[in-house]
Amino acid sequence: MRGEVAVSEEKVVKGIKFGLLSPELIRKISVTAIVTADVYDEDGLPSEGGIMDPRLGVIEPGQKCVTCGNSIVACPGHFGHLELARPVIHVGFVKHIYDILRATCRHCGRLKIPEEELNRYFDLLKRLEGRWPLLARGLTDYVRRKAMKAMECPHCKSRQFKIKLEKPTSFLEEGPGGSRKLWPTDIRARLERVDNRDLKLMGHDPEFARPEWMVITVLPVPPISVRPSILLETGIRSEDDLTHKLVDIIRTNDRLRESINAGAPEVIIEDLWDLFQYHITTYFDNEVPGVPPAKHRSGRALRTLAQRLRGKEGRFRGNLSGKRVDFSARTVISPDPNLSINEVGVPEEVAKTLTIPERVTPWNIDELRTHVLNGPYRHPGANYVIDPSGRRIDLRYIKDLKAIAENLKPGYIIERHLKDGDVVLFNRQPSLHRMSIMAHIVRILPGRTFRLHLAVCPPYNADFDGDEMNLHVPQSDEARAEARVLLLVQEHILSPRYGGPTIGGIQDYISGAYLLSSKATLLTKEQVSELLAGSGYEGPIPEPVVLSPKVLWSGKQIISLILPPDFNFRGKANMSAGPLRCDDYECFWDSYVVVKRGKLLMGVLDKKTLGSQQPESMLHWITKEYGNSFGRKFMDNAFKMFLRFVEMRGFTMALDDVKPPAKAVEEINAVVEDSKKKVAELIEQYNEGKLEPIPGRTMDESLEIRIMEVLADARDNAGEIATKYLDPFNNVFIMARTGARGNVLNMTQMAALLGQQSVRGERIRRGYDGRTLPHFKPGDVGPEARGFVRNSFVGGLSPIELFFHAAGGREGLVDTAVRTSQSGYMQRRLVNALQDLRVDYDLTVRTPSNSVVQLIYGDDGVDPGKSSYGNAVNIDRIIERVVGWKL
Amino acid sequence: MGWKSEKVRVNILEHELVPRHEVLSAEEVVELLRRLGIRPEQLPWIRASDPVARELGVKPGDIVRIIRKSPVAGESIAYRFVISG
Repeated sequence: MRGEVAVSEEKVVKGIKFGLLSPELIRKISVTAIVTADVYDEDGLPSEGGIMDPRLGVIEPGQKCVTCGNSIVACPGHFGHLELARPVIHVGFVKHIYDILRATCRHCGRLKIPEEELNRYFDLLKRLEGRWPLLARGLTDYVRRKAMKAMECPHCKSRQFKIKLEKPTSFLEEGPGGSRKLWPTDIRARLERVDNRDLKLMGHDPEFARPEWMVITVLPVPPISVRPSILLETGIRSEDDLTHKLVDIIRTNDRLRESINAGAPEVIIEDLWDLFQYHITTYFDNEVPGVPPAKHRSGRALRTLAQRLRGKEGRFRGNLSGKRVDFSARTVISPDPNLSINEVGVPEEVAKTLTIPERVTPWNIDELRTHVLNGPYRHPGANYVIDPSGRRIDLRYIKDLKAIAENLKPGYIIERHLKDGDVVLFNRQPSLHRMSIMAHIVRILPGRTFRLHLAVCPPYNADFDGDEMNLHVPQSDEARAEARVLLLVQEHILSPRYGGPTIGGIQDYISGAYLLSSKATLLTKEQVSELLAGSGYEGPIPEPVVLSPKVLWSGKQIISLILPPDFNFRGKANMSAGPLRCDDYECFWDSYVVVKRGKLLMGVLDKKTLGSQQPESMLHWITKEYGNSFGRKFMDNAFKMFLRFVEMRGFTMALDDVKPPAKAVEEINAVVEDSKKKVAELIEQYNEGKLEPIPGRTMDESLEIRIMEVLADARDNAGEIATKYLDPFNNVFIMARTGARGNVLNMTQMAALLGQQSVRGERIRRGYDGRTLPHFKPGDVGPEARGFVRNSFVGGLSPIELFFHAAGGREGLVDTAVRTSQSGYMQRRLVNALQDLRVDYDLTVRTPSNSVVQLIYGDDGVDPGKSSYGNAVNIDRIIERVVGWKL
Repeated sequence: MGWKSEKVRVNILEHELVPRHEVLSAEEVVELLRRLGIRPEQLPWIRASDPVARELGVKPGDIVRIIRKSPVAGESIAYRFVISG
């Protein structure tokens, strides 16, 4: 360029065009013809003109490519080609060949439609193309179908015969003298005759895909880099499946050629030809229906071209849409309530492997020097140093770290260990959610597990029964900034699905909040100090509520200290149900929460106010009105306080908590006996034919429904009795009422009885003919024989009851297994359909081609994540905030 | 107009589950396309053989406005570009 500054030309990909390789093109891109089936000669070197010919590309590292002169990293590999003795059909195009054969004349090769009609269609096609691709396709389909119907060629007037496709690759022509096989040579001759314009009308692009190219005469032989051989430990070479298949093809090709040259009888040649077709078919696709898959010597089916691309582990889904990545780690997770919800605990061992490239500047040079001095094996160290010329120094092999550290200057890049305060992405599969991948701030901790705060378990759907999670380290400043601003856990407290909190209190946090906020809780100065210290509160302690005989504070006072001073809230507690229900602030049971000007005036805190996934809760309004950062701090502090209180008070569950007193057991027994009697009566009525049927049901069905009703009532009544006799302040009851864990049904099943077990919504009746187990008489429809469990978990199940319980439990497991696979596939399809849609600045929903999908997003343009449970504004809440409170 | 008998023919436009459909005038079409900055075929499509389109008697190239009741917005408006078929 006449000594001017070299300007590299910018090239932009405008589009991708797919086409077929013509025989000429295959020969042109080929560096060598493959002429021998021998892979290696006696010396173990690849044979010239064989399938491993060195001209096809470099095999061993250090060699230079004979064809392009590059080393193994840069040489892309080169194609060879194989001249086929006889042409064969390409399996992938059988359908197209079949269509073209049927639509064109067997004699002159024209589309079997009169000339003037053809012209008309062609003009129409020209107009539809480009602007109406869908309609153009419809037209070509129509033309093709119409041409197939003609039994006489409108151009040369020759008679046409029906052509049958004998799956997978044979064609038969049913002429007047019986049907005749069309050999690939015949087919190729016919396809060659087809006119270019006629092809366009059939939806083909003859410039890039002439139909005769679908019948292979020259086979491209892929480079060795596509089918590398593996050197086993024993020193034996193991060839790739594709190489094996290619050897088969070459052998058969040679045999076929020799037979033809020797003038062998036609039958023998035809048999060989079919075998040749089989080898080439399975070379392309080893899962063609109707073709026995080509097997390895061990009996394993070969993984040929189509298998490499297709399916979940194929090239597209396995290697292009999803890849294995560097700078990632995976281990078991365990809980740590002392972390912030924004943090993740990372084992030192992991931190010493994962690195962050940091550029040396005058401001960080001292710190980075200490990292380099620590080297790769001491924690806040570094693994690599990259000097300004791009040379990579591996600190593992450097004896004199001091020299390297002193030598550091701005411009160097240090790949330092992960340390406290770095951002990382944390993920748990299945990633069904935006919240399945969130950014956390690193905390290096001893141990070998990732540690996370319990409040972030709900969005990840994680527990600690052996779950593992993945961690990724963003490598660029841009990625790190994005992670901090958009992906940090606190930015995901409010769900994009409905605007409520996804992160919040669970289990012991809720029990703790309830116990602390309960009216009965009075705290000494020492206790108050401990709680406030635990929550990180720094400020004055309010006036105590009780002065004598001892100064005591109420739990509500202490909670109020960490609420924002201008916060107003009112709402029902989770407890507010059944006999403890309160709908307004005049509440005897303390189940109506009132916060005014940052003071918790009444009500207990439980799942409804603090729980995760609870919309319009206290936590929701705090995060929404005071910001994500404040919401996070509130959770960090408040949850620590609640846990501290649970530890202080002690919280456990014992057998006594669910063991009903003798009197309750008596009453429960009476209820059960009574129900059994009722069932017996029903059965008697049924036997006598006196049972009143339920409208629309048969007698049998009516009996079943009646019995189920009676037994369901029995369980409910027994449960009520049991809960009545249990101490309302026992630990199990507290957990059930506050929503911390379990529900009343669980308690009933522990204390009173399990009740009816069911499979598919019916009483259990599968098993033997007419009975569930050999312990019963055939035809017994009584409660015991059909899976009614009258014992409780505390009392213990009889063997038969245990069996029924297991049968019911098994159904649940099967259901979950089936549901996950079905919903997984549904999700995949939905995501594939919707992933490229976007909401534009004018609030329209558009596709990447700017087509409109919705005129305004969701009919109202509201972002559900910023809404209040789907509504753009929650007027009640605004009034509450502004006015404060009525009264 | 699949029904052969005149007696049982029902105007589906009057069915309560069929939202209001109207054909856009030429000026409305221009205004709409300008507002959205698109060509007509970038709108969602409706086939001319669609029962409602046939009842309205629209031709390919027309644009139909559909006014629906929406649980979130009270009333929502959508447009359909009529294609042949």
